[in-house]
Order: sequence, then structure tokens, then C-alpha cells
Amino acid sequence: MLAAIVFYVFAAILVASAAMVIVARNPVHSVLFLILCFFNAAGLFVLMGAEFLAMILVVVYVGAVAVLFLFVVMMLDVDFVKLREGFARYLPVGAAVGLVLAAELVFVLAPWAFSASVPEAISVPIPDPGEIHNTKAIGLVLYTDYAYLFQAAGLVLLVAMVGAIVLTLRDREGVKRQSIARQVARTRGQGVETVSVKSREGVDV
Amino acid sequence: MAEGTFLSMALTGALILGQILLVTVPLLLAVAMLTYAERKVIGAIQLRKGPNVVGPFGLFQPFADALKLLTKETIVPTGANRIVFMMAPMLTLLLSLVAWAVIPFDAGWVIADINVGILYLFAISSLGVYGIIMAGWASNSKYAFLGAMRSAAQMVSYEVSIGFVIITVLLCVGSLNLSDIVNAQKNMWFFIPLFPMFVIFFVSALAETNRSPFDLPEGESEIVAGYFVEYSSMSFAMFFLGEYAAMILMSGMVSILFLGGWLPPFDIAPFNWIPGIVWFALKTALCLFVFLWVRATMPRYRYDQLMRLGWKIFLPFSLFWVVATAGVLMATGWIPR
Repeated sequence: MLAAIVFYVFAAILVASAAMVIVARNPVHSVLFLILCFFNAAGLFVLMGAEFLAMILVVVYVGAVAVLFLFVVMMLDVDFVKLREGFARYLPVGAAVGLVLAAELVFVLAPWAFSASVPEAISVPIPDPGEIHNTKAIGLVLYTDYAYLFQAAGLVLLVAMVGAIVLTLRDREGVKRQSIARQVARTRGQGVETVSVKSREGVDV
Repeated sequence: MAEGTFLSMALTGALILGQILLVTVPLLLAVAMLTYAERKVIGAIQLRKGPNVVGPFGLFQPFADALKLLTKETIVPTGANRIVFMMAPMLTLLLSLVAWAVIPFDAGWVIADINVGILYLFAISSLGVYGIIMAGWASNSKYAFLGAMRSAAQMVSYEVSIGFVIITVLLCVGSLNLSDIVNAQKNMWFFIPLFPMFVIFFVSALAETNRSPFDLPEGESEIVAGYFVEYSSMSFAMFFLGEYAAMILMSGMVSILFLGGWLPPFDIAPFNWIPGIVWFALKTALCLFVFLWVRATMPRYRYDQLMRLGWKIFLPFSLFWVVATAGVLMATGWIPR
């Protein structure tokens, strides 16, 4: 009974905050609600006994992705009046896109949910949670049966990272950079020069 | 039957509440004593006396300070986003307290002995940045915002090397459970074989808690006090409490991951008479002393130097060390099954 109450609390907050993400007028509030959303999703994972996935969700999405997201949204200079100006004009287009997506979701989910082979498909690969905990179970499958797919996912991420760096890297002129190696390698002879100056004559440096 | 389950549920609830109080109250006392110790230690290093007026040896100074903050007026700036502004310090304090749920103080002395304890700690400590960003943004002030930006970049950067250090330790343990991590150090504390990672973890912990020499988010000489310039009274006190509790938490993590947690240094007569919690407290206090020592000794890092240290030195080195540790464990067959 307690688990059911906790489930409904998490699920209600999850759905409500997901709605607030698109309803909130201030984009920063939207991102904060998105974070609340992730957090409650992690709570649901814990309820299902998948605590490893829950923690990874918090570490990756809340701890890193959403931070950078919030970072960018805070830097944006958004004019709220201008943002709401075209609301009526864009409404039909937005509604059409939403409808198409919803229809696609129904087409995908409906046969999956009602197909007779689903229970058999689900019940095969899960080991008994009593004898092996989920972190180990994921590791045993991920690095053996799905090793190639895992590597491929890593490669996709690597390509995305290289792409992002290539797109934003530019050589700027006139930037003074610190070269630690050169600073360390400098000797007294290169930096200091002793000059004996004759009185009333001065010296050219 | 139904009445019995209700009674047992109420009893369990009361028991958990009692455990939480048993951890939180000493923790807040430890925070108070840490602020006192910080002023005393820095005073000693700078040949001053430190606080010595309120109570014996100035011991009641932190309580006097807390009382002063409590009685002051809470000021919310006109341009601030009120809700987020007030939420930020609460979040900071909350996050630094909830992490203690999984810390084992002695064998079996832990509120929640979960399987993914170290991941939970990592997750909670990576959330700490939100309090700071929210405070910086909601204050609607340039200094606060600059501090928040610096802090966000800094904490995200150093989390990466902390993650690799944790992976190295996990490779040697074969479990994510904190009690298992401590028990795996029965024969040798991990700071001996993994000494470079111990150093990296400690330095990254300094950066993660925004302590000097990485206290750029506060940087009182350039951006006044960074993200909490606009805070006063209790909201300021909550930031302060949260920051110091996070410091104690990081020191606790250092002692669990590398210094053998509650284990005595040698498992022989005079050492193993002392209860484990004393050893844990002593190790944590030692790390905290180094935190304070560093603050009194080091000048503040420049921003580009901080980023260089994080990304160009710590990250490649810890990545190499993960691979090397895994290789050695595989080659020698010491890898835990």
C-alpha cells in the first residue's frame, strides 16, 4: 500500500511538472520543472527496483545535461512580450505537429500493448532479483551480448563530441596565452640581465 | 491485522526519524565547530589568536554568530525572482544533508545501506550546483550571476575526474556499496596503492565544494561574494551551513574511499579497542584540517588555470589510471568477482 501511495505521488508530480515545462512562461522555470521531472522519473525507477538506472539518470541528466541546459537558457536574452506575440498565428501549425506525433505514438503503442506475444517477450531475459542485483545484471548483459552495440553508441557520442568541437573551434588573433612549459623552462639567464650604469649616462634597454 | 501493520509502519517511521535526528543534530553541531576550528586554525597559522572572547576559548562563538544571523532581517532584492531566490539556499542545505543517509559511520551504522551508495553520493554532490546557479540567477545581480556561471563550469569540470577516481576505487572493490568499499580495505587502505588518485580526489573535492584555492565563485576580492552577495540573515546562514556540511561530507567520502572508513590503522590491541566511529571521525577531521590548512596557505587560482588543471591534467591522468588499474587487476587476477 505504501509503495502505491509513493508511486502515485511521484507519478502525479512527474506529470504535473511535465505539463509545467511547456506551460511556464519563464524559460528558466521550464528548465527547473524539467529537472523536477527527471528527479521524479528517477524516483519511479527506484520503486521498480532499478536503482542503478535511477542514479545514472540523476547523475547524467540532472547533474550534467540539465546544468548546461540551464546555463544556456539563463544566458539567453528572451523578450517575453515578443515571444507571445505570434501565439495565435503559430497555433494551427503547432497543433498539427502535435496531432501527428500523438497519432504516431498511438500507432506504435497500440499493436505493442495488445499483441499476444508481449508477455513472453518480456519475461525471458530478466534474472531473479533475489540472487543478482540490477547493477550486476545490466553489466553482465551490456558488456557481453550487447558489447558491439555499446561500442557503437560510444562511437556515436564521440563523433558528436568531435563535431561540436570542430563547429565551435576558431583561431582567434591576438589572444595572449599562458604556456606553462615555457614559463617553467625559463632560466635566470633569460629573464634577468645585470647592467652597470655609468653615472649621468643612462642605459638603452 | 490491519491495525498491526499500521502500528508497525508507525514504529518504523519513528525509528527512521530517530536515526535521521541522530545523524543530523551532531552534523549541525560539527558544522558549528568547523567554523570555529577554521577561524582558530587560520588564526594560528597567521599568528593570531582567533575567536577567544565568547565562552571558554571562544567555543560559543559559532552559536553567537548563528543567533546574530537569526535575529537579522531577511532582505529580498526588488528585482529578484522571489520563489527561486528563497528556494536556492533551502536546496543547498537539503542536498548537503540528504547525502548523509548512506554514509556508514561504523560497521552497520548507516541509515540506508543501499547497493548503489557511492553512485547516490555522486548524484547528490553533482546536484549541489543547482543551489548556486539558482541563487545567482534569481538574485538578478551581475556579481551573483558571474559567481554562478563560474561555479557551474567549475563543478561540472571537476565532477568528471571525481567520477574516474570513483571508478578506480570500484574496480578494486567490485561493489557500489559503501560498507563493502570500507571492508575491502581491511588489508590495505586504498590511499597506498592508489596514491595519485587520492591526491586528485582531494583536490577535486576542494574544487567541488568551492573551497580555496578554487573559491572563484565567491572570489570576495573581485566579485564581492559571488552567488550569495544578495543574501542576508537566515537564507545566508543556510548557504553557509550547506557549504560547510558539504565540506564535511567530502572529507567523509575521502576517508571512506581511501582511508579505510571506520577501520583502525592496525588491527591489533590498542587500536581496535577504540570504536570505529571514533576512527571515522578522526580521519574526517584530519581531511578537514587539510581543507583549512590549504585555505590559509594557497593563493586563489585564475579561471583559465583552473580549467587547465581540470581538463588537461586531471582528466587525462585519471583516465590513464583507470585503464592502468584495470589492466593490473586483470593481469594479476586480483580483480574481485
